[in-house]
Amino acid sequence: MIKLLKTVWRWLDDRLGISVLLSPAKHIAPQDAKWWYVFGSATLVAFIVQVASGVALAFSYISSSSQAYETLLFITNNAPFGSFLRGLHYYGASAMVLMIGAHMAQTFLFGAYKFPREMTWTTGICLLGFTLAMGFTGQLLRWDSTAAWSVVVAAEQAGRIPIIGDWVARFILGGNTIGGATLSRFFAIHVFVLPGMMFAFIGLHLWLVFRHGISEPPVAGKPVNPATYRAEYEELLKKSGKPFWPDLAWRDVVVSTLLIIAIALAAFFVGPPVLDKPPDPSILAADPRPDWYLLWYFGLLSLIPERIEGYVMIGFPILIGLFLLFVPIWNHKGERAASRRPWAIAMAFLSVIMIGALWWEGQHSPWSPNFEAQPLSGKVVRATTGPVFTGAQLFHDKGCLNCHLVEGFGGRRGPDLTYIADELTHDNLVIRIVNGGTNMPAYGPSLKPGELDALVAFLETRKHSLRRQEQQTETASSSMAATNE
Amino acid sequence: MNTSLVESSSVPPTETPQEISRRRFFEKLSIALVGLCTAIIGLPLVGFIVAPFFRKVPEKWVTIGKPDDFQIGKTVAITVTDPSSLPWAGVTAKSGVWLRRVSEDSFIAFSANCTHLGCPVRWLPDAELFMCPCHGGVYYSDGKVAAGPPPLPLFRYDVQVANGEVQMKQAIVPISTTL
Repeated sequence: MIKLLKTVWRWLDDRLGISVLLSPAKHIAPQDAKWWYVFGSATLVAFIVQVASGVALAFSYISSSSQAYETLLFITNNAPFGSFLRGLHYYGASAMVLMIGAHMAQTFLFGAYKFPREMTWTTGICLLGFTLAMGFTGQLLRWDSTAAWSVVVAAEQAGRIPIIGDWVARFILGGNTIGGATLSRFFAIHVFVLPGMMFAFIGLHLWLVFRHGISEPPVAGKPVNPATYRAEYEELLKKSGKPFWPDLAWRDVVVSTLLIIAIALAAFFVGPPVLDKPPDPSILAADPRPDWYLLWYFGLLSLIPERIEGYVMIGFPILIGLFLLFVPIWNHKGERAASRRPWAIAMAFLSVIMIGALWWEGQHSPWSPNFEAQPLSGKVVRATTGPVFTGAQLFHDKGCLNCHLVEGFGGRRGPDLTYIADELTHDNLVIRIVNGGTNMPAYGPSLKPGELDALVAFLETRKHSLRRQEQQTETASSSMAATNE
Repeated sequence: MNTSLVESSSVPPTETPQEISRRRFFEKLSIALVGLCTAIIGLPLVGFIVAPFFRKVPEKWVTIGKPDDFQIGKTVAITVTDPSSLPWAGVTAKSGVWLRRVSEDSFIAFSANCTHLGCPVRWLPDAELFMCPCHGGVYYSDGKVAAGPPPLPLFRYDVQVANGEVQMKQAIVPISTTL
């Protein structure tokens, strides 16, 4: 039986050339290419998870503006393994973004983008762009209220591009407004256009890896000299190279296996992202937010000064993209070791800090009003009748609490007013409420007689001294109660 | 490692100038034909994809209710269905509009899209303000910017009272933001 199978294998291998096709896997690579080198293959494995889970989801998903939401409900709630598959696709995307980020950071810090691997890096940057575009279009295919409004926001952002902005916006919407054409074009882009580009670029990227070889770990004091590098690399491989498969590849397999297990566990135990309300643009209680991998960009656009916002919105991604694409063109030789390239460490470190901080801000979005703010409790108001009580009610009803914190309750868009009476006098409070400020509407025209006085009366109780007094009274009462007991 | 798969083609030394010329001709012919094939397939394809740019939407008045349905001084959310929507648009053919009855025969219809980045603004009736959930843009009841990043007032749709009905000109998403 084994003999027969071997005969069949030999025949197939001879006619199909399978061994020849797989031979690049056995190419000789530097023996020190160990655990730092696993992120590229992990990214590829995450992409394969995306393709597999995406194809499976497409068996039930209908890319129609009117039916997609219902099919997602069916996939999530009724289809066997549907929720798990959606989870796989979501966490697979997250893993892919993380792994491609780690791969890029490792390549950058190891100086592996230098001669002769400039185009390997450049094709990788294109793949990073495609991955982020896949993430964004994928979020929109989760065709709920957030997705529908995110399309509008994307179109409005595109509308800022000089000259062609309006056309690009209409292209994104598939017309003048969200409608039947919107989802199907994002589906086509997400399922056909971008994956097609990714397959092509992954093929090119891998071809370049085989063509130029896996970069050896950098050694301080051994700079890249384009005139001699190739000969030195060949010599290194002759001296100490190992076949990639299986001597080095086993680490990739181990990490990829762990990655798949992590994706599957997250899909099973955490589950897919919850579907928001239906994609009905007449439902105005929506709060569109990008998925986590673009949340930092949302944070950036929210924090920059308004007057330069449009330029940053358009210019920042272009500048970052151009910088990443052309890094190896002007920096293709010299030291590769991170210890001799402090600016490289600083850039990588600052990028991580910047993206992390912006992500944190985006996650908490203190610039957004808090529409869930509840009326202040009696403990915070410290009055049950009279103008202070009425003022506290008005503070909620007039939307002040949406933007201002009082003793930890409310929104964070405006200043914390817990102790505002220590900072502003009666007259200043009146002026501020009536006339508004830089980021505050003028309430003068909309307040009825008496309402201004009540609001000011409430705000005048927001003092350190009054709160301390209250806390002391509370402490004394509780001590007395404890003594009595 | 560094060898290319395909050696650069070179003309055999035995070929005559006529044969070389013939080869160049076939080269150019083949490239031209590939270009022609690309155009035959590509132009309709691109035209199909970019067609929405050029789709003219006829301006239509849609009825949104009778005047008595709306109280003077109140702002309410109304739902407008795009009359030119594609048949499979489903709920996405709807759009939300804030309608304010200013006086007996005067109405203002505001686009629900914040002029900053298009998020749906909410109406706070007690505060008489529109507020955006995304970046905190605030507008007064007449749509003028009260605070925050919006560069322009809320977009207004044309409204008319005709034949005892309040009518609004077809709702589209206004791409209002500029650099």
